[in-house]
Amino acid sequence: MHGYIHSIETFGTVDGPGVRYVVFFQGCPLRCKYCHNPDTWQTGIGEEVSVDEILDDYENYKPYLHGGGITCTGGEPLLQIDFIKELFTEAKKRGIHTCVDTSGATFSPDNPEILQKFDRLIEVTDLFLLDIKHIDSSQHLWLTGQGNEHILAFAGYLDKNNKDMWIRHVVIPKITYDDKLLYELGYFLGGLKNIRALDILAYHTMGKVKYENLHLKYPLEEIPPLDLEQAKHAKKIVFDGLKARLLHDKKRDLTKQNILKS
Amino acid sequence: MYKGWEGFNYGKWNDRVDVRDFIQRNYTEYTGDESFLAPATEATLKLWKMVMELSKKEAQAGGVLDMDTKIVSTITSHGPGYLDRELETIVGFQTDKPFKRSLQPYGGIRVAEQACEAYGYKVDDEVDEIFTKYRKTHNQGVFDVYTPEMRAARKSGIITGLPDAYGRGRIIGDYRRVALYGIDYLIEDKKQQLGTSLERMTGDNIRLREELSEQIKALNSLKELGKIYGYDISQPARTAKEAIQWLYFGYLAAIKEQNGAAMSLGRTSTFIDIYIERDIKKGILNEIQAQELIDHFIMKLRLVKFARTPEYNQLFSGDPTWVTESIGGMGCNGYSLVTRTSFRYLHTLTNLGTAPEPNLTVLWSPRLPEAFKRYCAKMSILTSSIQYENDEIMRTDHGDDYAIACCVSSMRVGKEMQFFGARANLAKCLLYAINGGIDEKSKVQVGPKFRPVESEYLDFDDVKSKFEDMMEWLAKLYVNTLNIIHYMHDKYAYEAVQMALHDREVKRFFATGIAGLSVVADSLSAIKYAKVKTVRDEDGIVYDYQIEGDFPKYGNNDDRVDKLAVDLVESFMSKIRKHHVYRHSIPTMSILTITSNVVYGKKTGNTPDGRRYGEPFAPGANPMHRRDTHGALASLTSVSKLPFRDAQDGISNTFSIVPGALGKDNQVFAGDLDLDRLLEEAEFETKE
Repeated sequence: MHGYIHSIETFGTVDGPGVRYVVFFQGCPLRCKYCHNPDTWQTGIGEEVSVDEILDDYENYKPYLHGGGITCTGGEPLLQIDFIKELFTEAKKRGIHTCVDTSGATFSPDNPEILQKFDRLIEVTDLFLLDIKHIDSSQHLWLTGQGNEHILAFAGYLDKNNKDMWIRHVVIPKITYDDKLLYELGYFLGGLKNIRALDILAYHTMGKVKYENLHLKYPLEEIPPLDLEQAKHAKKIVFDGLKARLLHDKKRDLTKQNILKS
Repeated sequence: MYKGWEGFNYGKWNDRVDVRDFIQRNYTEYTGDESFLAPATEATLKLWKMVMELSKKEAQAGGVLDMDTKIVSTITSHGPGYLDRELETIVGFQTDKPFKRSLQPYGGIRVAEQACEAYGYKVDDEVDEIFTKYRKTHNQGVFDVYTPEMRAARKSGIITGLPDAYGRGRIIGDYRRVALYGIDYLIEDKKQQLGTSLERMTGDNIRLREELSEQIKALNSLKELGKIYGYDISQPARTAKEAIQWLYFGYLAAIKEQNGAAMSLGRTSTFIDIYIERDIKKGILNEIQAQELIDHFIMKLRLVKFARTPEYNQLFSGDPTWVTESIGGMGCNGYSLVTRTSFRYLHTLTNLGTAPEPNLTVLWSPRLPEAFKRYCAKMSILTSSIQYENDEIMRTDHGDDYAIACCVSSMRVGKEMQFFGARANLAKCLLYAINGGIDEKSKVQVGPKFRPVESEYLDFDDVKSKFEDMMEWLAKLYVNTLNIIHYMHDKYAYEAVQMALHDREVKRFFATGIAGLSVVADSLSAIKYAKVKTVRDEDGIVYDYQIEGDFPKYGNNDDRVDKLAVDLVESFMSKIRKHHVYRHSIPTMSILTITSNVVYGKKTGNTPDGRRYGEPFAPGANPMHRRDTHGALASLTSVSKLPFRDAQDGISNTFSIVPGALGKDNQVFAGDLDLDRLLEEAEFETKE
């Protein structure tokens, strides 16, 4: 079986723990307005690679990847879920830490065939980086081209299966830089038991040049980058929401226990 | 036994000059962290403020504050100079005041004069007369002997940066010997060497005997230099302060005698640490005082200045002195050579602020103490002022008492030295191969009149075979040119005091170098894997190339092209090895143009890899800019394939990365989330 990739980054330091070998997969079902990799959108193109080719190349860099592993990102890597499952199955045999960076957009809780694929994927995946683009579904639709129901369901699915996840959230001025939304996001995340990290990504405009190269119009022309102080503030608000949920759930659990006792 | 040796463990070093033995028997490895370090004292801050003010004045004056135009610099040429005599714990400047550049005409009177004129000074007429009429210089000697072919190659820049008009440098005296043994012991040792040297008066032995005599004279001058500053350095140093001062006098004598391209210090921190430990144990020194001594010593090293021409500064992108100090590394017995003073040296970057000099170089091994590695990383992040070198690879050749001269040249301190040989421009050599020895810029026949490429499209086998022939010519010319240079340097600008701090039997490296590695590798790759069409001018000379299709580029861990780079290194080195080299030296090669790559680019026309005329080469062994598409590790892996055995003088890779690309900023990233702790926090907050 073959995968279609956009490129390889041999020194990935921001997509999971340690220094990582990062595979960018070609193709994505979303069209996020702030996407900084529009060159990975189109499906049906890209470099054709096999599992062995990737893992043999990985071996070249093994001494550097101490504490790291392999991360599949994109694009949306799970558009090629069968290939990734095969890649990770082989990677696990070689003792490599595996990680997927996904939007969760291809998840479908009501489709048994798809569900089965995911069931097999999570067996060989050590960590999920789940990117929640917007906590409000209608705005998610505006921002990315799809609603967020499947994505939030995917978070629940991972949690139910006790899979470690890092939550990522891009904070964009005027779009997601909003205390109410950030609090809401935190409140949602507080309900998940397997979050291992929270990664607030400040929106930047470094992707602009790629749009120019592709002769595409940059959709967020008017939006400035988010500065560090704003990002720190956003992180605080998300944590506020998260903590509120933790308190709420604890109270709820106590009440439940009391009811059961009495 | 000397008073200065009391309290040390004795061994071989007491019977003969053997600094390594002294270190191994006496140093205390330190595996702890940096928490013991002391801040700058008031005196240090005051002195540094004076330095900063003088630096500002120097910049305002156009880069040079003062120059000596009358007194020719020797070890004892100047009276004492001070910043503030009361505050300085370590003393000594190159002239009678700080920031005043000395006059050093032995390398070449013209260059010395040009350096002065560039800043509005004029060398005294009498000095000019002496060095033109009565005292021959190194530069004059070289040009008396150069062949027309050598002059043409030098002019076109196919061989470039040659130390034929400036000091070759790259020699490290074992300045520690001054502290450990005192001058009298060293003089006796040298006298014994002279007395027992061969009596059959061949050219070699006559030269050796003359040099040993020069060395003894230099040691006497060095003793005199101590006296100028009120110190008697005839005996071994008795305290840490004396040890640093004695050692510094040794180094100061060297920079008063030589304006070398790289005047490196050696490997002194662990040596000094032994003295500091002894004083602390005795109760005569505390941490604050120890750090002050180191701060003042490093301050002196930051103030090393030479008179240089603007062209020189252009070649080296600034005015580097390459006062390289090698820190850390592993001992052959498996213990690291990290001591508290290794930390103290790096801590000067905090106490005095960041600076490019001295070039603090950590000899890196994965087995260095964890706390030291962390401290290095921290200081690199804070100051960007630390250089790292691979101890694992160099220790196998040079043992555990080597140091770095300049940026990458490794040598056993006091036992090995090198003849610095600048570099040959292989990218230009490739163009010569294509044009049959005609220079692509001047249209002059510089190389041999070989058959040029005649086809419209470049054929790999054709170009490769022509290139091999042209490299054969270049290697021979290059080695012969360097033979002249080093013969004359020994004769007219001999480094007497530095060599006095070496053994008699010195291993000499004949250090050649190459520039344009990645340009050539990519060019050959383009010719092999894409189609390269030649563009000719009205005389039929190829001056440009059109590439049709894509080709693998060096820096992406792609063996198809990386192999071409490896072959190039092996091939040129094997051609160098074919030739007779001066003074039984051992030929080596470096791939390390860290700064001069810009100048080489200016001198080299369009190349078949698509690089435009004038565009800088990549530095050292780096891939060309923006041609690596697989990230840092792929790029580093390509470089790491280059064989060290054929580039033993060093392979450099300049690596820049924005901090954000090295990992997450903890201010916005929350790793290791602990939900239970968060809940506790939340409960606590609500109680409030």
